[in-house]
Amino acid sequence: MPEITLIDAIREALDEELARDSRVFITGEDVGPRGGVFRATMGLYDKYGPNRIVDSPLAELSIVGIGIGAAMAGLLPVCEIQFADFIHPAFNQIVNEAAKMYYRSNGQWPVPLTIRAPYGGGIGGGLYHSQSVEAFFSHVPGLKVVIPSTPYDAKGLLKSAIHDPNPVLFFEPKKGYRAIKGEVPTDDYTIPIGPASVTRQGSDLTVYAYGMMAYYTLQAAETVAAEDGISCEVVDLRTLLPVDKVTILDSFKKTGKALIVHEDNHTMGYGAEVAAILSDEGFEFMDGPIRRFTAPDVPAVPFSHPMQEFFMPNPDKIAQAIRDLAAY
Amino acid sequence: MTTHSPAEKTTARPSENLSPQTLLDMFWAMLISRRLDERSWALHRQGKIAFHISGMGHEGSQVAAAFAINRGVDYVHSYYRDLALVLALGVTPHEFMISLFGKADEYSSGGRQMPSHWSKRSVNLLSSSSPVATQVPQAAGLAFAIKYKWDNKLVDPNDDTQPRLTLTCLGEGSTSQGEWHEGMNWAGVHNLPFICLVQNNMYAISEPTSEQMAVSNVADRAPAYGLHGVVVDGNDILASYDALKEAVERAYNGQGASLIEAKTYRVTPHSSDDDDRSYRSREEVEEWKHKDPIGRFQRFLTERGVLTQAKLDEFEARARQTIDEAQRAAEAAPYPPEEYALERVYAD
Repeated sequence: MPEITLIDAIREALDEELARDSRVFITGEDVGPRGGVFRATMGLYDKYGPNRIVDSPLAELSIVGIGIGAAMAGLLPVCEIQFADFIHPAFNQIVNEAAKMYYRSNGQWPVPLTIRAPYGGGIGGGLYHSQSVEAFFSHVPGLKVVIPSTPYDAKGLLKSAIHDPNPVLFFEPKKGYRAIKGEVPTDDYTIPIGPASVTRQGSDLTVYAYGMMAYYTLQAAETVAAEDGISCEVVDLRTLLPVDKVTILDSFKKTGKALIVHEDNHTMGYGAEVAAILSDEGFEFMDGPIRRFTAPDVPAVPFSHPMQEFFMPNPDKIAQAIRDLAAY
Repeated sequence: MTTHSPAEKTTARPSENLSPQTLLDMFWAMLISRRLDERSWALHRQGKIAFHISGMGHEGSQVAAAFAINRGVDYVHSYYRDLALVLALGVTPHEFMISLFGKADEYSSGGRQMPSHWSKRSVNLLSSSSPVATQVPQAAGLAFAIKYKWDNKLVDPNDDTQPRLTLTCLGEGSTSQGEWHEGMNWAGVHNLPFICLVQNNMYAISEPTSEQMAVSNVADRAPAYGLHGVVVDGNDILASYDALKEAVERAYNGQGASLIEAKTYRVTPHSSDDDDRSYRSREEVEEWKHKDPIGRFQRFLTERGVLTQAKLDEFEARARQTIDEAQRAAEAAPYPPEEYALERVYAD
């Protein structure tokens, strides 16, 4: 089975869906001849032309608004927001419009829209090329929020997102675009949106993570197994909305200790929701405090390297957080 | 370029080709909207409904638009004042009454939305929102999809059973929103089959246009987007029809997007929660009532012998009966079950 990068897997998903279904099109800034600033759409313009790969004006609100309209007209738009940090102008269209359209029209107007955006820090991007925005959107019923951490998951989940009749936000950990490699089958497959994935079996504690942190957590789990004899179960959440309470609770019933890792800010980050679910519905299995290891509560990721590294969780810091919880 | 319609033309205006029956249909469409609108105000004053937002005064440009497009087929993404437009498209007075009372099986939203937040898929009427101008980029997206299907040979551009343009409406105040700018920009860049009908009634709730924009006409901005811009008397239904019909033909023929600014007036307050005595004079309101689009069209049709007193009496009687029946049915209808609030969050 070929081993490809995360960005390759994303491009393969787009390519295959463009080939298979004439309703699929891509729009966003620089998606055309430039192939996307991260090369997510590299080669697709030459293959499918300007009628399918559409360079947009520099205007995120309308990239999404156009996508909503086109989706309601029966197309399957894949709208790229160049950096998740720039999604905020589109917040009105995403939250007030896309999320509520099916509900407010009593099911008359579904919005089968996919919005892709690179998110996350650690790449020297400073405050406005490093943000995590998943918490804002995971709060909104009517949306789906998906964050893959492996090429295999990225390809399968993106295909599902494109065909999902609901608006799906697909956030891609940009630090992992080339750093994360994995085996991806050549035959066609999809992964359903919804279920989380247990990526490492364990018994002492559960670490819940997603995106780059799910990747780092596996490394940290390997380290603490080898050095400290700690057995971690790792749950890659993959879909943040809808919440996979079943997998979250099943793992907690096994281990009784939970650590949630994300690179988003601490307060009101996604970890707060997982912690609330565990404390409410997993109370009987609780064997220690439910902890969240996250970025600090500062407005965004600083540029200067030492400050950036201070902000970002990494495998060593995650390993220490695991040790601290295991020792409780 | 911006033109003030009607331009000097040697060829016949589109409205000159309208049959007497069609002219009467247009008059009926204005009248039923006006009478239904009046009844809604009465119901609110009687404490029977919680809220009403009115389109009284706007009937001319709205009915003109409905009759200019392929109504029921072309996409319409409207706004809360478009009662006459949506009734002409096929929303019924009964459906509207159900929405005023928030009763079960409400046509637009199942009772989830406030009244005048339209949606009727069977006539390609999109779902309206409250945040203003959100419909404009979406309307550009619908028009983009029409052109996409033409360009990718998925639909024949001459197939009139398919939508061939998107009409979107809003007030002049809403053109201050960035959403309007971005939707117009897409329409121009991509030469979309798109018509933006701005119903300029001089006030955004209490704010006059001088507080909203530095230009005299919204349509003056059309060249900035590469759109064809037209200013028209929105209270002259046939002049409005002519401007809109030309825009429709442009859209159908791949000649791109138009911005039609209909000058009109809102003879009522913004909504049942507004009191317009605080920001405009009664004299101004009275002056505009004399320019009412329905009165003007009635005189035009009467002078030409198209509308007789007998026909007018018949229309008024039919309107009263239709509205009375709709009100009775809505008052008697059940509410939706409360748990219905949990349904339709996600599509399957």
